[in-house]
Amino acid sequence: MEHLELFLKSIFIDNMVFATFLGMCSYLAVSKKVSTAVGLGAAVIFVMLITVPLNWLLDQYILQPGALKWLGEEYAAYDLSFLSFILFIATIATMVQLVEIVVEKFSPSLYNSLGIFLPLIAVNCAILGGSLFMQSREIPTLGLATVYGVGSGIGWFLAILAIAAIREKIRYSNVPPALRGLGITFIITGLMAIGFMSFGGMLTGGDDEAKKEEKTASVQEETSNDQVAINAAETEKEELANNTNN
Amino acid sequence: MGLLSKKDAKLITDPLADNNPITIQVLGICSALAITAQLKASIVMAVSVLFVLGIGNVVISLLRNIIPSKIRIIVQLVVVAALVIIVDQVLKAFSYELSKTLSVFVGLIITNCIIMGRFEAFALGNGPWKSFLDGIGNALGYGVILIIVGFFRELLGSGTLLGFKVLGDPIEKTGLYAIGYENNGFMLLSPMALIVVGIIIWVQRSRNKALIED
Repeated sequence: MEHLELFLKSIFIDNMVFATFLGMCSYLAVSKKVSTAVGLGAAVIFVMLITVPLNWLLDQYILQPGALKWLGEEYAAYDLSFLSFILFIATIATMVQLVEIVVEKFSPSLYNSLGIFLPLIAVNCAILGGSLFMQSREIPTLGLATVYGVGSGIGWFLAILAIAAIREKIRYSNVPPALRGLGITFIITGLMAIGFMSFGGMLTGGDDEAKKEEKTASVQEETSNDQVAINAAETEKEELANNTNN
Repeated sequence: MGLLSKKDAKLITDPLADNNPITIQVLGICSALAITAQLKASIVMAVSVLFVLGIGNVVISLLRNIIPSKIRIIVQLVVVAALVIIVDQVLKAFSYELSKTLSVFVGLIITNCIIMGRFEAFALGNGPWKSFLDGIGNALGYGVILIIVGFFRELLGSGTLLGFKVLGDPIEKTGLYAIGYENNGFMLLSPMALIVVGIIIWVQRSRNKALIED
């Protein structure tokens, strides 16, 4: 149940594109045709499926404060979390390289149609963002991390598929010349994001107990960065919690 | 500009308008949208990118003859990641609250496409001084958009600028609020950032017809 909830949440409510604006560059660049959008979306799902759990393991056993305990008691005080950016990006870059080799070997046609965008997955913020959110939201188990990775990947896939379909049609519409292309894509994405915000009620509409859980879950705290920004009191609370943890 | 030759000055001024990284090259959008609910966060983000891109471009430019082209992406990522770690640690040390606000988006400077884009397109083929100017120019172009979006979102969304109440007090009904103005809370929600950037693009392209697509 927990898994399903996180899965749906990462697809619809915390959608990578519409809630946190991650992976926008490739989202805008590759969404001109549905077929290439599908190819890239699938590659993103696959890379996220592998990298998020892998980075979860790295975080759990190497990076977190006290994670090195398995080496011996004298290492328990180490805190390597400042290294997480470098380790995460290294994992991702390696995985992308691997995907590239595999795709080239088994499906040269897909490889050719993706072209430069395949290596660019390495710098797709959605992928690194997935790992960083996984870390900052403290996802507790490997299973949940996997679910979160797949869910975020599917959410991204869904978004790029939708915008590609709309962009194929909008070519025949009468858009003001200055808005054509990039401008209108931005505005459509904004409207879609407003639409996706309505999914926010999906998982909170249940019984009272579920509601209470929703509020305490740390996942909720970062759903919308902007909201955290407005709510200074909440950041303070977080800060306190963090200090006590340390 | 007496200090810079005409060509060098162009490296800085070009990305500010006609070759803006966000509105024309379509790079580095994610962070531009996600953290602009407050002007302060936008400025900090712009400065961080300025630092990372300026120094990163110089480093890559110095290394450009040594890096084997097969593994250049990984080398670039390591350089950026190292610089971003510096920024992140400095922010955590001096402005913890702000670094909480920016949350993962400081880390995401690593995957900011502007940085990779400039490394690939410019620093790999030019000398350090030129690369430095190019980096500064592009980071400024990015910062300008960030600051414009942050300005409007904070002003219209919460009636403040950098935390100061410029439109009067919404509770005691002074200033603009006295004549019935209300804050548009919608501006603080993330979708509005996209629409604001869309409008900036619209304005820019209606002023400069050469930029219109198709």
